[in-house]
Parts: sequence; structure tokens; C-alpha cells
Amino acid sequence: MAAESLGLWGVPLGILAGTLRGSAPFLFVSLGECLTEKSGKINLGLEGTLLMGAMSAYGVSYLTQGTLGPFWAPWLGVVAAGVSGMALGAIHGWLSQQPRVNDVATGIAMIVFGSGLAFFLGKPFIQPQAPQLFTLDLGNWSSSPPIQAALKISPLFLLGVLIAPLLHWFFRYTRWGLYVRAVGDSPEAARAMGISTFKVRMLSIVAGSFLAGIGGACLSLYYPGVWTERISSGQGLMAVALVIFARWNPIQCLWASLLFGGAQAIGPAFQSVGVDSYYYLFNAAPYILTLLIMVVTCSPQRTLVGLPGALGKDD
Amino acid sequence: MSYRRSFRFSRRQVVRGLLATTAFGMATKLNACGTSPEAGGADTADTAAEDTADTAAEEVVVGFIYVGPKDDFGYNQAHAEGAAAMASVPGIKIIEEASVPETTAVLETMRSMIEIDGAKVLFPTSFGYFDPYILELAAEFPDVQFFHAGGLYQDGVHPDNVGSYFGYIDEAQYVAGVVAGHMSKEGKLGFVAAKPIPQVLRNINSFTLGAKSINPAATTQVIFTGDWALPVKEAEATNSMADQGIDVITCHVDSPKVVMETAEKRGIFTSGYHANQGPLAPEGYLTGAEWDWISIYTFLGEQFVGGKTLMAGDIDHILRGGLADKFCKLSPYGPAVSEEAKADAEAAKEKLLTGELVIYEGELKDNTGKSILSGGEKYEQQNIELEKMDWLIEGVKGSIDG
Repeated sequence: MAAESLGLWGVPLGILAGTLRGSAPFLFVSLGECLTEKSGKINLGLEGTLLMGAMSAYGVSYLTQGTLGPFWAPWLGVVAAGVSGMALGAIHGWLSQQPRVNDVATGIAMIVFGSGLAFFLGKPFIQPQAPQLFTLDLGNWSSSPPIQAALKISPLFLLGVLIAPLLHWFFRYTRWGLYVRAVGDSPEAARAMGISTFKVRMLSIVAGSFLAGIGGACLSLYYPGVWTERISSGQGLMAVALVIFARWNPIQCLWASLLFGGAQAIGPAFQSVGVDSYYYLFNAAPYILTLLIMVVTCSPQRTLVGLPGALGKDD
Repeated sequence: MSYRRSFRFSRRQVVRGLLATTAFGMATKLNACGTSPEAGGADTADTAAEDTADTAAEEVVVGFIYVGPKDDFGYNQAHAEGAAAMASVPGIKIIEEASVPETTAVLETMRSMIEIDGAKVLFPTSFGYFDPYILELAAEFPDVQFFHAGGLYQDGVHPDNVGSYFGYIDEAQYVAGVVAGHMSKEGKLGFVAAKPIPQVLRNINSFTLGAKSINPAATTQVIFTGDWALPVKEAEATNSMADQGIDVITCHVDSPKVVMETAEKRGIFTSGYHANQGPLAPEGYLTGAEWDWISIYTFLGEQFVGGKTLMAGDIDHILRGGLADKFCKLSPYGPAVSEEAKADAEAAKEKLLTGELVIYEGELKDNTGKSILSGGEKYEQQNIELEKMDWLIEGVKGSIDG
């Protein structure tokens, strides 16, 4: 039992713990969106993909616990989440590349489709408890239970942290990364090089949706670790805004995700130490942050650094 | 420009036009086919209804609307269990819709239940459905009865076909507070609350008063998350309170599942709400305040079948009750609860059942030091003042103004 109180130290610890616990979904979705947008298409539907991922991960983990045991079943859930994301991504990838189809409109349709499908299929999984992913207990050196609890880190979070520099390296130093950037920046040049823009974009969107699906698995199998219809509370859309904030750079996506994950913990952490005023404001911190980013970055005077050239263009 | 503009109709446009016409034709033809058996079905249904009308009373269609899923270990599950009990009353037919947000969506749901399913009684169960949605439809359909769970109904102000029912679940919260006061080592309790509305504040205050009856130094830390279902915030709130050394947590949110599971992972005690969450926290679950809609819904169902209505004045517009009237109950005690705590909780429950114990009895101060009740004064459970509560009792850490 937690006996001693941390007092005001609870605030930084709470925010740190919230960052480690809550930023994984942001991280996966923003990395996926980064890959997608680098290829010149935007996928707003990742909110739906996130929900679908959360639902399928929870459902598969629950249904297979009998045959696979409580250790491997959640991992199969993670794979299922990624696959369900890929399926939704393939729909978006195909639809958004039809002539005179707007990818933003398709994305909004995919939000409705993905979340509706997840709610429909997820009905039987609201009540039961599914086995959860194991956590790496890095806080065992400390005798303080709050620190031990804060440092229970999900392997998925570490995976996300590893993927960020890997994706950066991929864009920068690999031939395939060059293809993606070329298709995103100047599709004409890419076509002249003999690259199929359709295939590259399709693969980028599908791979990006795979990552977003895994982000959903973080929600339902690690933190908060349940499947409900309100589980995402707009995190998928926030992650899209976050990619712009991060200037389409995977490494910066990592920092931005950590910031957003921590922002979620501000409200509860302040209230728990007795700072009661403005709790609506603190609770709204992630959303206010999104708005601020939009205001700051969307200036009519200058273009964004790092914006893929073909993004939002009808080509 | 790669599009050809020389022809008025391109081949593609002609092909599209032909396809569209064919599709339209097929759709109308298929529709026509579809309606005829349906019409036949409606006929037989009508005759069936007439048959039953001849032999016995007509079936009363009752609609239930929930704000979330029906099996959420919470508020909606409690209502759905009650609705299932009402369905077993002969002559009652239940229709349900879950996950209806507190927006104009509920208007559409209510309207289609009335107009398509022929519902004569509606139970839109969520707090936020009342104003303006229930009020609007109640004025439009004066022969349909609307029952709302909550304290918003005002006699004389609101339409005659609207009624309200609610339980004094804070009685159960008081008893849960007694258990919590016993089990907490340092008397530090936590409460994850959604919004600062009277019902929530009343639960916080009664829980705290229960705990203070055992340990006068006990405090309750409140965290408002801002909405009825925000799983990530609820988990964060539980974790931050655990970090602060709080060792018993309860909540008032739509689905307490996240709070219970998170607290169990942190190895602290929990006290449930809405429904029995014991299976979610097998080690730390102490007890919980549960709704018991089964008896009231069964009672109302029998009234409807008997042809009684709100409009005629056969059913009270304000139905209230506590532990004694079976509007609420307590979860079975968890394994961690000590014998002493059980004995005190049972004693408190007994006193509440007989009406000997009044929860809000002077002298009481709120947590800013303002006097609520002076010595000798008391608010009985039925007192309407309690349904307008806008204060937190001394011992609660938190504030209502955001």
C-alpha cells in the first residue's frame, strides 16, 4: 500500500508518469501520419483507425487468452490491431487516389466508418476483461511505490521510441525513403524517375495505418487498458495536428507526442495536490495546445518548413 | 487541360447516365417488391393487435434510452438490468437504444420510438437528456409519458406528462464511507468525479460524512475530470491520487471500470458505484453504492399495464427513495473489509433503514468555512435543498468553481 505522500512532488512525477503512460498512442499515430503525409496524401481517418485498432486488439486478446495464454494473447491482439489498421488504410489509400477525390473528405468518411465499425463489432467486448500487455518495471530500484508505478513502461512505448529515429533514417538515407519523399514533394519528377506514385502512396498509407492501429492497441491493452467507445477522446485527430507541429520530422514527432501525453496529466495532477481553480482549463490542456499550434503555425505570410510539396494538392 | 471540351456529351457521360438511369429504375422496382410483403406483415400485425385487444389489455411499449453501452459496469448497466426486470411484467414491451449522446440525437431517438415503434412511455435515463430535449418532445406529444432519472423536474413549471424518479444513493455512499473510513490507514480518501452537479456533490459529501463518522480527521480529495466518460483522465486521476498516498478511491463517472482496474493495479482499496464492480478488483474492492432499479421499474411497469398515467395523477411526478425503499443497495463486502468495519457499516445501514439517522444534521460547515446547518437543524433526505446542493462539506479537498 502506498503510505507516504509526495506532496507537491506529485505534480512533476504525475506529469512524467502521464507522459510515459499516455504518449504511446500519440506517438504511433503521429509516426504513421508522418509517413502518410510524406507521400503527399493526408489521412484524417486515423482517428477511426485508432478506435478500430483498440477494439480489435482488446477483442483478439480476450478471445485468444484461452488458447495462447495471458502472455501471448495481447501480442496477437497488437498484430490484429495493426492488420485491421492496414485494412482501413487500404480502403483510404485506394479511395483517396481516385481521380477528383479529395483525400480530406475521404479521411472524414473513414473516421465515421472506422469508429462506427469499431463500435458495432466492439459491443461484446465492453464488459469482459482482456489480458493486458506486460510492462517493464524499471522503477524497482526505488522503494517508493509512486515511482515504481510511474516507471512501469510498456514495451510498445519503447518500440515507438525506436521507430522514430528509424523512420528518420529511412526517409533520409534509403532508396525507398527517397521514393516516398519524391512522390510527396514532386509527383511529376517521381513519375519521370519511373516510380509508380499510386503504389508508393498506397504502401505509405497502409504502413502508416498499421502504426496507427498499434497505437490503438496501446490504448486498450496498456493504458488505460479497457475498451470503451470513448477511449480515444480525439487523440487520433490531435496526432494529425501534431505532425504539422513536428514539421513532418519523425524525431520531432517523438518530442511532440511526449508533450501531448504529458499535457493530459496536467489537470488531474494539479487537482490531486489541491490546486483546484481552473481545472476545466487544465483538463482542456491537450485541446488548447492543439489550437495554439494551429494558430501559431498557420500564418498566411509564410509557408511551413518541411511541408511535402504535393500535400493537399489534387495530384 | 486534358479534359475534352469539344463534345457536349462525352462517351463517359453517356455511359454514366445510362448506368444511373438503370440503377434508379432497379432501385424503385426492388423497393416496390420490398414493400408489398411488408404491407402484408403490417396487416397481420394489426389484426394480431386487435385480437389481443379483444382478449386482454394492449401491450404497452416502453422505450429506454442510454447514454452509453448497456454493459459498461456502470450507470447504464444498472438501468438496463432494471429495464430487463420491467420487460418481465406481462403486458409490457421494451424497446431500447444505447449510446445516444446528450445532443439532438436523443430527440431523433425519442421521436422514432414514439412515431415508429408506438412507445407510450419513455425512459431517457441520462441527466443531460432533460433540458431541452425531453421538455421539447413532452410539449409535442402530450399523451406520451416521460420519466427522467434526476432531480431536474419542478412541479408546476414542467409539463404534466413528465415525471422524475431518483434514488437517494447517497445513503449507500454514506455506508460505503463508513467502510472506507475504517479501511484507510491515514484517513485519506479519493473521489474521481465527472462534473460538479448536485447529485455528484451529494455523493461526495455523504461519502465524506460517512468516513468522518468513524475517523473525524478523514479527508476526501476530489478530482473533477470534466465529463462522464474520459477513460484516460480517469486513469490519470486515480494514479495521481495514489501518488499522493490516498488509499481508498471511489468515483462518480459513467463507467467506473477504469478507476477500479487502475486502483487495483496500484494496490489500493476501491469502493464501487452504479453496479457491482467486485469482479474487476478482487483484492481491493471494499463495497459500493449500487442502484437498484429493479423494484421501481417493476412497480412502474405494473402501473402502466393497469392504465395509470402521470397525466391523470395516478403516478407521482416525483418518485424518490433510499435504501429502505429499495432504490439503491450495497455491493457485497470484499475480502479486505475487517469485521469491525462490517459491524459499523451494518449498524449505520440499519439506522438509515429505520430513519433514525439523518445524514445532513447540524452543525455542518462547508469546506470554505461557511455554515450550512447550525446545531439542531437538519436536512431530511426528502428535503429539496439537498437536490440543489452547491457546496462541499468540511473535509473535502476540492472546489466546485473551475
